[in-house]
Amino acid sequence: MLKIGYPHLGDYHIPIRRLLQDLFPTAEIVSPPPFTQKTVELGGRHSPDFVCAPFKYNMGNYIEMLEAGANVLLQTGLGCRYGYYGEVQEQILRDLGYDFTFLCFSREKAHPQKIYETCKKLNPNLTFSIFSRAVLQAITRIYFMDQLDYFLREQIGFAKNTNCFTKTKKLFLKELTAENSMFGLYRIFHKYRARYHAIETQMPQNPLRVGIVGELYTLMEPYSNHFLEKRLAEGGIVVSRKMSASFLLFGKRDRRSLHSSRGYLQYTVGANGIDSVVGSRQYAKDGYDGLIHMKSFGCTPELNAQPALDQISRDYDIPILHLSFDTQTGEVGLETRIEAFMDMIEMKRKQQHENYNQSRRGYRLHLHKRRVH
Amino acid sequence: MASAYIWTQGDPIGAVKRLLNILRRQAPDAEIGSIGTTGSARKLIGAMLHADVVKNEITAHAVGTLSRHADVRTIIEIGGQDSKIILIEDGIVKDYAMNTLCAAGTGAFLSSQAKRLEIPIEAMGDMAMQSQSPAKIAARCTVFAESDMIHKAQAGYSKMDLVAGLCRAVAANYLNNVGKGKQIVSPIVFQGGVSKNKGVLAAFQEELGEKIHVDADSHLMGALGAAILSQKKTTHRKPFDFSMLQMEYVTRAHICSGCTNNCEIVQFYRGDTLLDSWGKRCEGSVG
Repeated sequence: MLKIGYPHLGDYHIPIRRLLQDLFPTAEIVSPPPFTQKTVELGGRHSPDFVCAPFKYNMGNYIEMLEAGANVLLQTGLGCRYGYYGEVQEQILRDLGYDFTFLCFSREKAHPQKIYETCKKLNPNLTFSIFSRAVLQAITRIYFMDQLDYFLREQIGFAKNTNCFTKTKKLFLKELTAENSMFGLYRIFHKYRARYHAIETQMPQNPLRVGIVGELYTLMEPYSNHFLEKRLAEGGIVVSRKMSASFLLFGKRDRRSLHSSRGYLQYTVGANGIDSVVGSRQYAKDGYDGLIHMKSFGCTPELNAQPALDQISRDYDIPILHLSFDTQTGEVGLETRIEAFMDMIEMKRKQQHENYNQSRRGYRLHLHKRRVH
Repeated sequence: MASAYIWTQGDPIGAVKRLLNILRRQAPDAEIGSIGTTGSARKLIGAMLHADVVKNEITAHAVGTLSRHADVRTIIEIGGQDSKIILIEDGIVKDYAMNTLCAAGTGAFLSSQAKRLEIPIEAMGDMAMQSQSPAKIAARCTVFAESDMIHKAQAGYSKMDLVAGLCRAVAANYLNNVGKGKQIVSPIVFQGGVSKNKGVLAAFQEELGEKIHVDADSHLMGALGAAILSQKKTTHRKPFDFSMLQMEYVTRAHICSGCTNNCEIVQFYRGDTLLDSWGKRCEGSVG
């Protein structure tokens, strides 16, 4: 019997699980156990030392799922050197003595027809209409999730009762996964959007706003960035992050991005480096109070983007904090940097108010709704 | 002002107990108006002493230094474990950086090399100043620096030249790593334990070509900042009870199995009373 496993990525494991259920109704879907210290240690032990953190996190997930009985593993690959990770990961796992089938989309360059054929090999009853419908629904789910998550990140720090947001989100994800029709998904999205808006918040008129850019895995998997967004929200800060799974699917426009990052980048720097630059510039223009640039240690595209980001920081007088994550657990250093960053932007804001009485820049929210470039 | 600067020796609670006893001896009649803590163990010690303010060291250093040098633009701080650069404009922190993965440009590196050469760390600065031709020592990484130093020692360099080379390596490493891409504008203030080392100071002055101020209390600026911040925030507090230094403080860690997050919960006890706990990542877990 097929037992299919897939690695974690933030909350996206929920729609991915549903997608696999749709594609392989007879198979058992093995969800990866939630991240723990053990997962990361396990992954780190069986990975090359200087590979970036997503590799290690994936490895930890794979080993734990194989131990739980999975015999088919999923890897998307693509992007930067992440595209080659599937090959190395498969070899390492085989060397460890596991027996499994490895599905790696980057081998087929993620061509839908090829992916369909691969899936068909595992499930002969699959038809193209079932396949396309399931994929379309999964993408819709992810899109709706991201839309509401963006709102949540901005607002959660100011909720009178933080639990309200987390509870509503749980219900939303549950209903979204259970729903079978496209129209139903749409209805659920609207219902929960209204509910989110109805949650009572105490947002000051001009809250501090921080934009988050960087490498996508580290951004999307809160365990790998030590729940940075939560920490910021707890400090009463509007957290804005446009880069998410739906951004990866629809938002990437490299040529246009290159055009709008002119003066900072002349060529694409790989993966999402250019998006970090465009995003940062957008935040800077909108008068955000600070930027946080996150990457896994050794991420080359983001490293390439770093000088451009520093230049933006100087040109627009917006503080930027660069954070690199690996599998370390010591959080004191991170805490110090974030606390200092929050102190810094707060002091800067206070000074601005003394100088101009009111800042000349805007205080807009909902950046994701506007055209970026 | 009563002050003391001691090593934690891996035991911050014990060190604070010793520290408070030293301070009490220095100023027996002083009343404690407010308490501020800063540094890596700020939370732990904050809970232990019921501090008014628990502040990160970057803000604390900036506030402390600004109280002495109001016009400072760049703060170079090198302590035992970490080093930082703080850029200040119009009296507020504008940018900062800390060393990330490497300890090359810190006091820990200097003290371990001092042990290898069997010279007291306090004497390093004066020795370095006597050197006529400092040994060239790689600044990129402690491991390279150390092997470089051993090679130079075997090539017959005097200890003075080696020490001077080490001091230069620390300064160069700092500027290459922590200070990378930062505009260092004078007035510059150099502080932290390493600022007491004249050799490193001279190396910085030579590299930057600027005059660098070192305060007489340069090693205490973080503490001063925390004290100033706590003074601003203080409420009417109970008089500080020195008898609590005799109590036993313990930290216990366990993995919470309340939900799937499996948070590592650290609980801090005085005797049997729970003072504080850290590490929970969800709303529901038992602190």
